[in-house]
Amino acid sequence: MNFELTAEQTGFARSLDDLLSRADALAVNRAWAAGDRDPGTRLWSRLADLGVTALATEATPVEMCVAFEALGRYAVPGPWIESAAYLPVALPAANLSESWATVAMPYALDADVVTDVYAIVDAGLHQASAGDRVTSVDPSRHLFEVTAGEPVEHGDLDAAFDLAVLATAAELLGAGERVLADTVAYVKQRTQFGRAIGSYQAIKHQLADVRIALDFARPLVFGAAVDPSPRAVSAARVHCASASRLAARVGLQAHGAIGFTDEYDLSRWLLRIQALQSAWGTPAFHRERVLTSLLDAR
Amino acid sequence: MNLDFTPDELAFRDEARAWLAANVPAECLPSMDTADGFVAHQEWERRLADARWSVVSWPDEVGGRGASLVEWVIFEEEYYRAGAPGRVSQNGIFLLAPIIFDHGTAEQQERWLPPMATGETIWAQAWSEPEAGSDLASLRSTATAVDGGWRLNGQKTWSSRAAYAHQGFGLFRSDPEAERHRGLTYFCFPLDAPGVTVRPIAQLDGEAGFAELFFDDVFVPDADVLGEPGDGWRVAMSTAGNERGLSLRSPGRFCAAADRLLGVYAEAPDPALSSAVVEAWVRAEAYRLYTWGTVTRLADGGDVGATGSINKVWWSELDVALHETALDLLGDEAEVASTWTDGYLFSLSGPIYAGTNEIQRNIIAERILGLPKEPRGAARGEPG
Repeated sequence: MNFELTAEQTGFARSLDDLLSRADALAVNRAWAAGDRDPGTRLWSRLADLGVTALATEATPVEMCVAFEALGRYAVPGPWIESAAYLPVALPAANLSESWATVAMPYALDADVVTDVYAIVDAGLHQASAGDRVTSVDPSRHLFEVTAGEPVEHGDLDAAFDLAVLATAAELLGAGERVLADTVAYVKQRTQFGRAIGSYQAIKHQLADVRIALDFARPLVFGAAVDPSPRAVSAARVHCASASRLAARVGLQAHGAIGFTDEYDLSRWLLRIQALQSAWGTPAFHRERVLTSLLDAR
Repeated sequence: MNLDFTPDELAFRDEARAWLAANVPAECLPSMDTADGFVAHQEWERRLADARWSVVSWPDEVGGRGASLVEWVIFEEEYYRAGAPGRVSQNGIFLLAPIIFDHGTAEQQERWLPPMATGETIWAQAWSEPEAGSDLASLRSTATAVDGGWRLNGQKTWSSRAAYAHQGFGLFRSDPEAERHRGLTYFCFPLDAPGVTVRPIAQLDGEAGFAELFFDDVFVPDADVLGEPGDGWRVAMSTAGNERGLSLRSPGRFCAAADRLLGVYAEAPDPALSSAVVEAWVRAEAYRLYTWGTVTRLADGGDVGATGSINKVWWSELDVALHETALDLLGDEAEVASTWTDGYLFSLSGPIYAGTNEIQRNIIAERILGLPKEPRGAARGEPG
């Protein structure tokens, strides 16, 4: 029994944090949203150098979750869940360390920057071609409709799906943690009625609730990483969705109007958290999966 | 990172499971807060103790088996899964015993721990006073030094188990000049000592789960002071975050309740309530996993500290949610008294006792998030 990250894993988390804070990931996110993909592609190469694109096949899901939490914390753009969690397992033959690919779920994320687009058809994987752009609530996510083509030989799609679900949960956890950290910093310096607003219980108790929700999201994510059963990954996904949404709501409320602006950076995480609520299965889908698994086991 | 048990831990689990399967009473015992039920629960404690299951984490010499923290959590999980009775000895074995281990003299440990382990002596906590609830440090009951000991005067209230228990423990102001956290002393005293009046208070369920205590010149010898006189607050707080105390309440009870909730759903599935059932199960599962993280940190030499507050808010609100959901599933039958209505009423006290959840949220905000304190002296944490 040892349910803490190893020294090596926390070291990996620190390297990612280091790289992403120095890379000005938020500027990368805004550039990506505006259609300039170069900074995002360069960041992708640097993360690939650190091994992030190989984690799904060459490391354990624990390391993968460490990486996706960091990607969420920095709102890194790009089809990371698709290219670095789902497809490496779904398409073992593909070389996804050299180039990006994406898969429609049901829209293909960032299909305009990848080499290959895939679609899931009747529990099989098919080549696909991107069609019209669909606008996401998060401008750093470029969605496309797809038309499925020829089937391709694929690996374990169920395992690939579970890994993508887990990566989504970890990304939501990271985004929620970031919103909480930035909001705590804000309420310590924002003064009203002669006091830091963070000294008021009305603010404190809401932020405490976010701390609690995220602290119980983390063990669900890493418990699922240790044993990635459909029930465990869906449970993590359900709770990370609600905990990150709570973080977003409270974060916005504590910031007030400034948080509601496009210019203020909090907005990037608010939109990312909302976009990911329904990515890789809605909360309702995942709750149903948990329930079915529990009832079947009785 | 792993969630695996060692062969020894698995053997421990199997032994506990087998004993519980053979010994847990088939019929629910009457409420421990009735005269008959109290005795029945004491007898159950005796049975546990005879097989050395009453205080597994204590050393052998005082009735335990020196179980590790992992084994303790395993035992608790098995205990509640088996549907075993609530622990009438809880205040003693979980709240007081850690303090006796840390601050008691050898003589006190020898005198108090073995009868606590067997359930022969049941302890009641005496923290709150009519004017000192969340703001525990404002307590007014006094202790005056006399030849060979102290005289206690004043009033305590919401004293859990005091209606039938034998001994009490709590803080009294021993230095009338000192303010708030200073000048308090930690006392243990018999509830039948001359000058102690116990007035049971019926709880929401009609039973005398707690009592008022009146102290009228109650003599307590020096030998029954825990820690140094005047050092009571520090003594009480030193184990407020203790791993075996309420701040690390084992997940077993909630996992077992979540499992029973699924059973209710499976009997009569109501799709309108399926989300609530899953949410409750996920929260119990999160608590189980979170606890393994805490256990790992403690085994590595860490302490619970302020994260005990995170724990406490979570399990207490989870317990309410589990029972509300079960009652919703029971439909028209929900009103009829059952183990679910009993459990529901009990769960409602969770967010209040052991430091209200409002106090816990203050602690989380100030000590974990680092937010500024209230401008005027706001209440800090409290034990019990």
